[in-house]
Amino acid sequence: MHNEHTDSHFQKRIDDGEHIEPKDYMPDGYRKHLIRQMSQHAHSEVIGMQPEGNWITRAPSLRAKQILLAKIQDEGGHGLYLYSAAETLGISRAEMIEQLHTGKAKYSNIFNYPALNWADIGAIGWLVDGAAIVNQVSLQRTSFGPYSRAMVRICKEESFHQRQGYEIMARMMKGTKDQQAMAQDAMNRWWWPALMMFGPHDIDSPHSGDAVKWKIKRESNDTLRQKFIDKTVQQAELIGLVMPDKDIKWNESKGHYDHGKIDWDEFHRVIKGNGPCNKQRLDHHINYFNEGAWVRDAAEAYKIKHLKEELVIA
Amino acid sequence: MTKKEELYLYTLRLGDNALILSHRLSQLCSKGPILEEDLALTNIALDLLGRAQALLKYAGEIEGKNRSEDDLAYRREEKNYYNLLLTEQPNKDFAHVIARQLFISTFEFFLFQELEKSADTTLSAIAGKTIKEVKYHLQHASDWTIRLGDGTKESHDRMQSAINDLWMYTGELFEMNGIDLDLLTQGIAVDTIPLQKKWRDCINSVLNEATLFVPKDTYMQTGSINGVHSEHLGHILAEMQYLQRAYPDAKW
Repeated sequence: MHNEHTDSHFQKRIDDGEHIEPKDYMPDGYRKHLIRQMSQHAHSEVIGMQPEGNWITRAPSLRAKQILLAKIQDEGGHGLYLYSAAETLGISRAEMIEQLHTGKAKYSNIFNYPALNWADIGAIGWLVDGAAIVNQVSLQRTSFGPYSRAMVRICKEESFHQRQGYEIMARMMKGTKDQQAMAQDAMNRWWWPALMMFGPHDIDSPHSGDAVKWKIKRESNDTLRQKFIDKTVQQAELIGLVMPDKDIKWNESKGHYDHGKIDWDEFHRVIKGNGPCNKQRLDHHINYFNEGAWVRDAAEAYKIKHLKEELVIA
Repeated sequence: MTKKEELYLYTLRLGDNALILSHRLSQLCSKGPILEEDLALTNIALDLLGRAQALLKYAGEIEGKNRSEDDLAYRREEKNYYNLLLTEQPNKDFAHVIARQLFISTFEFFLFQELEKSADTTLSAIAGKTIKEVKYHLQHASDWTIRLGDGTKESHDRMQSAINDLWMYTGELFEMNGIDLDLLTQGIAVDTIPLQKKWRDCINSVLNEATLFVPKDTYMQTGSINGVHSEHLGHILAEMQYLQRAYPDAKW
């Protein structure tokens, strides 16, 4: 008898390139993997509002401020959208936030680095969102329907973010010596962490096995990282930025850029909580979440009170 | 004062209100009680910023000294700012943010309906666009005032404190000087005196539904119409103007 509730049927659907929808059968491991990945993705969008938010009040022109505010609003919207998509898997937003606060759920390591000068806003858009797009374009073909659709929508906005980031960098590189120095400084600090966003090298990547089989992950860490490097080096050179990697070199035979060794000790140190801003980012989220408790309580109390009144009237 | 100077200062005042309130709201980014509210407050900040850009650009054009909206925003000192004291008051808690917005949006709801009838076509056009946005701001602030006032004891007390604390800054909303009166005779400025009763009725009705008391009229603070501010504005400008002041030759 044909049984739709078996792992083999599920795998056949995956292999046939079908999307899996929330009410469809899925193995526990698939569900868990997606909850972990999607909640991490949602948390990253939300925590990512902090380093950029650090410059809103100091944005140097009204236009720059408007673009930055709109961009951060987009990120918050992505967070909201991804929380909703993850909720279709049977976990609530409150649970996901609790997991973030207890450290069970993570967010992208990149946001544990500080935004120190205005060019960092450029670098975050260009490099961090640029790296995220490479990953997210690939995730548009991920097997879970709601996640795939979220990625299609998010990618459209992210490419705008990347362009505005590059525009800031380009403008500063055409500017005064001080501005050029800020841009290069930002490049130097964000380049390596941006490369680390793709995760460990393929031979060291612990989650890839099932994720590839289930077509959650469509391309390997190293493949995606290489795509990012290949498109970014030329953009950097075009505006006069020096790559902070003396081993960056075009490799004619491979048709790719070679790059220097990534400092994985730093990667693991930051993931374990010892990055420059880990404590600050999480404290910020927890503190404002706690500070907002009375507002959420009030909204709930008001809703219940008036629901009762409606029932009495009815 | 020439008509041009009067129109410049009147437009600047409208622009400064939007700029400074937008700045205050933008400080709340990533600090909302829920993500949805973070987005809503950013939305309002963005509306106000767009309005500030349009008004300051127009002010610069009227002035005719080749100053852009950025020059006016980033290179003017405190005493040449004319925003209402209410707009610069700090984000003490969410109740204060909402009370400030309720007072201002209610005022703007009536102000921009009148300004849309202005003989100055640019101000009229900006007012026409603004009124659509202000309707949403007012709805948002009213809903939260009612929810917080009629929510829990804590939210009720916080909302009442915020209303009480900010009440003394509401007298300024209706203040007019010689510039207003001159421009009023030319059909350009808004007569704010008749707006006061409408504002009062509207606020009374929202506070009443929110189970909150309307504060007794006490002394009303004033000064912004002459460029005299609370201590808060200096800090806002120090932060906002930092890059423009530190690197005067740079273009951003």
